[in-house]
Amino acid sequence: MKPIFWLKLGVFTASLVPLAQLVVDFYADQLGANPIEAITHSTGDWTLIFLLLSLTATPLRRLSGWQWPMKLRRMLGLYAFFYACLHFTTYVWLDQFFDWRSILADIPERPFITAGFLSFVLLIPLAATSTTGMIRRLGKRWVRLHRLVYASAIGGVLHYLWLVKADLAQPLLYAAILGMLLGFRLLRHWKGAAGARRPQGIANPRAPARPAPPAARASAGVRPGRDGRTGVRE
Amino acid sequence: TPLAGVRRSPYSTSEKPTPFKDITTYNNFYEFGTSKEAPAKLAGNLRTRPWTVSVEGLVKHPRVYDIDEILKLAPLEERIYRMRCVEGWSMVIPWIGLPLNALIKQAEPLGQAKYVAFITLYDPRQMPGQRRDVLPWPYVDGLRLDEAMHPLTLLAVGLYGRTLPNQNGAPLRLVVPWKYGFKGPKSIVRIRFVAQQPSSTWMRASPGEYGFYSNVNPDVDHPRWSQKRERRIGEFRKRPTLLFNGYGEQVAHLYRGMDLKKYF
Repeated sequence: MKPIFWLKLGVFTASLVPLAQLVVDFYADQLGANPIEAITHSTGDWTLIFLLLSLTATPLRRLSGWQWPMKLRRMLGLYAFFYACLHFTTYVWLDQFFDWRSILADIPERPFITAGFLSFVLLIPLAATSTTGMIRRLGKRWVRLHRLVYASAIGGVLHYLWLVKADLAQPLLYAAILGMLLGFRLLRHWKGAAGARRPQGIANPRAPARPAPPAARASAGVRPGRDGRTGVRE
Repeated sequence: TPLAGVRRSPYSTSEKPTPFKDITTYNNFYEFGTSKEAPAKLAGNLRTRPWTVSVEGLVKHPRVYDIDEILKLAPLEERIYRMRCVEGWSMVIPWIGLPLNALIKQAEPLGQAKYVAFITLYDPRQMPGQRRDVLPWPYVDGLRLDEAMHPLTLLAVGLYGRTLPNQNGAPLRLVVPWKYGFKGPKSIVRIRFVAQQPSSTWMRASPGEYGFYSNVNPDVDHPRWSQKRERRIGEFRKRPTLLFNGYGEQVAHLYRGMDLKKYF
């Protein structure tokens, strides 16, 4: 087996640990006085952590030149969706017990729930189009569609920020990390745009770091790997 | 330590008390950290003896009481009260304490005294949560004088037959069962009688979210969450929240003619 197989297997297994921990704690009565709140907070935290991890792949690849972060990106993104589903289910089932009237009142009225709900909804098309087949079929549009993850992550951090009563330390930490990850992309985008406007023939010392134009990027990105694995780059 | 000579009180609810473990490990006491578990872990070192409480302001007899003198102001009673947190959960807590009005009668408020402010301990060496300014310290809150005189309003010194655990606000805390839990300041050191409505820590932290009265009211939502229902700790399904936390019969007259949406 190739090392990447073992890396993926390791990350896949490790990503299930938070869920396993919840199940173990639940049966050992270790979730405290308010288990439903504990489950809600844990699944919400892990959704944000996996979202941020998946957004780390591209900057890490750019800065280090390593390819392996990109090979983990889809799995990390899908785990973010997985924990978001658990989080949403916890809210609808355990917390509200399918009281749709109060759920439908909550979503538009409570800003933190509005933000969280939109974040979750935005992840659905991303998860649905995460297969290699869909990447190939959607081509350039896949890249554009998957930029929704930025909006989803911002909404997720706002969801947490607006929920907290007084101690903003934890949500602000998430906000700072997200700010860095998105800032990295913005900076590259501006640099790329500035580079693209330069007349041809003038040497650009930063050229190797500049992203390829969207068209080239997309066609390169949608190339499926020989063994069926995707070679998505961006 | 067990408290002796505790009387039962007709004001107690017959509902089943929340287990001791839940009452003492699930606490909002930001002086020891903002998580629910922090107070139980970090409050152990709080020194609750010697402890004095200064009764001051617009009273005929201002005085610094030793905590053990306060314990003797009136016979200790067990009061099993519902406690509703603004966050949407509730408990049933067998408090031990004495009516606040016993202390107020001793102090004899002057005619101008209309409100009572409760100021709690500020000591970052003992209260590690105060080393961060998540809230304006020290924690203060207040009541209108008639609310403070109401027989339900309790100075709690114990629960489940024993001295109050530190994480629950030892050695002396306020319990106002028809108001949200945060209207029960913990580890009180000063009780001040004043003419003007005092501000409170939560009002200063977020005036749009926390009002002076903060009576439990299912029809006045917190801007960030609904107050219509609550989860009783230990129960799975939520139950409807009652106006004045179910104490309306005893306290509704205090607010007759007041717009409870405006004076939230």
